[in-house]
Amino acid sequence: MSNIPADLQYTRSHEWLRTMADGSIEVGISDHAQHALGDLVFIEVPEVGRELAAGEACAVVESVKAASDVYAPVAGTVVAVNAQLAGAPQLVNQDPYGAGWILRLRPNGDPGQLLSAADYATLATD
Amino acid sequence: MPFIPHTPSDVRQMLEVIGAPDIDALFDEIPATLRVQSLAGIPEALNEMQVMQLMQQRARQDGRPPCFIGAGAYEHFIPSAVWAIVTRGEFYSAYTPYQAEASQGTLQTIYEYQSMITTLTGMQVANASLYDGATALAEACLMAVRANRKSKSSRILMPRAVNPHYRAVTAASVSGQGLNLESVDYDRGSGRTLIAALQAFDGQDITALVIQQPNFFGTLEEVDQLTDWAQARGALVIAVVNPIALAVLTPPGEWGSRGADITVGDGQPLGCPLSSGGPYFGFMATRMEFVRQMPGRIVGRTVDLDGRPGFTLTLQAREQHIRRGKATSNICTNQGLLMVAGTLYMALMGAEGMARVAETCMSRSHELVEALCSLPGLRLAFNAPRFHEAVLWLDRPVAPVLEALAARGIEGGYDLATHYPELGHALLVCATEMRSSADITHYANVLGEILKSEQTA
Repeated sequence: MSNIPADLQYTRSHEWLRTMADGSIEVGISDHAQHALGDLVFIEVPEVGRELAAGEACAVVESVKAASDVYAPVAGTVVAVNAQLAGAPQLVNQDPYGAGWILRLRPNGDPGQLLSAADYATLATD
Repeated sequence: MPFIPHTPSDVRQMLEVIGAPDIDALFDEIPATLRVQSLAGIPEALNEMQVMQLMQQRARQDGRPPCFIGAGAYEHFIPSAVWAIVTRGEFYSAYTPYQAEASQGTLQTIYEYQSMITTLTGMQVANASLYDGATALAEACLMAVRANRKSKSSRILMPRAVNPHYRAVTAASVSGQGLNLESVDYDRGSGRTLIAALQAFDGQDITALVIQQPNFFGTLEEVDQLTDWAQARGALVIAVVNPIALAVLTPPGEWGSRGADITVGDGQPLGCPLSSGGPYFGFMATRMEFVRQMPGRIVGRTVDLDGRPGFTLTLQAREQHIRRGKATSNICTNQGLLMVAGTLYMALMGAEGMARVAETCMSRSHELVEALCSLPGLRLAFNAPRFHEAVLWLDRPVAPVLEALAARGIEGGYDLATHYPELGHALLVCATEMRSSADITHYANVLGEILKSEQTA
């Protein structure tokens, strides 16, 4: 059973979101997603300042067997990316909800369709 | 004989399972008007003996005229060992094998090939080869747009001195994908792409600059200046190079202060016969920083569970069998067989052998230009240093002269009128190490006679 923290929101495409104190949104991929992908070897992050539409592909997580897009869960501007991932992509495997965060957005529109932890747990076990 | 392994009973069983009455029913969604009923203009099949006789007859018609045409494909000597080894059963496949890791010999050959290409180009990493030089340039332009994340314009500066066939293939391949190819004119005196011509783009968002060395006219570009100009403006540099010339010229990895970012070219001069235009192979190399944006596959060396060395496909997570429509490219299978020929050629010749080939090409080309320019009515078009090709001006249209030469058993060169009408009566000629001094003298004598006669004047 994968780890699905109750205090986060999720998407159908397996991203998680954390609302930070300053109103920005931190985004990563779920424990379920990192487990399905296997050992990650490269994380491609977007440029800071890039404007993203909800659902737009904005990062790539690459394992030895697949490269998958990460989609912006809400519309917004990229305000920070996790620079540590360039040298340590395994952080996403080891700590997907902490040190393995991928990017932070300043939201500037309606959030897309987000799931609660309970709803995501149903999706991830299907 | 159709190469379908299923027996009629296999086919019937499969159709029953999916509930289709016959195979034609599987194509129902294609309107009947679009479906070809019969292939017009295709003659009756011939048997092997008839095909052999026909081909031998055609080959006799071609003869073996000494060829002074370059323009992107070059006749070089190919040591017999190259094709004796290439045609061994173990290598005789166009592709990287499926179940790749079961074919360690092929993977090792690709690995050696990649290592040789990186050495030759001075770049950090090479892929397992592409179709040909023209498609390699198209892929390099697409790759530059992915790799240059600071540039938002998808604008590629494409000098007119770049091979016009490469430019046409690139335009066809990338124009539907939102790339803009901007033409850059060449200097009429030198045949070079000058910084002055690039300055029109100063201050604009440029994704990449293409530099061909030597360029289509055989002229050597001032690659250091061009590279520095582009990179100072945030543009990547795509080098298009002739691998034989690299044996004596500065490798793209050392152009300017940072080196070219992507290097491509046609591998044909390395052990591949002219063969009426193909198949050839393309090569591509880049800096490690951009390896994930490079199309195609890469073979890496690794160790197995017991620590024994072995070879494996690596960085393939962005290839089309995994990424499908989002792959770095969907037309980038490698040219396995020709790549093996190129590897064997480089291994047999070595760095010194290739440098001697390149030097002989240059001296024969200068001998050719000197011999032809001693004829009345011919003169050298450009005043810059050259490799093994040159543009000559004639005092009359080129096409009839080339026809008269062909009738006398000489392939005299490439008429530039179609792609460079502004140059007037301009002829591109080439001499490789295969053209002897006697060939050159013969060409000059025959051309002299043709020019004297009134028929082409």
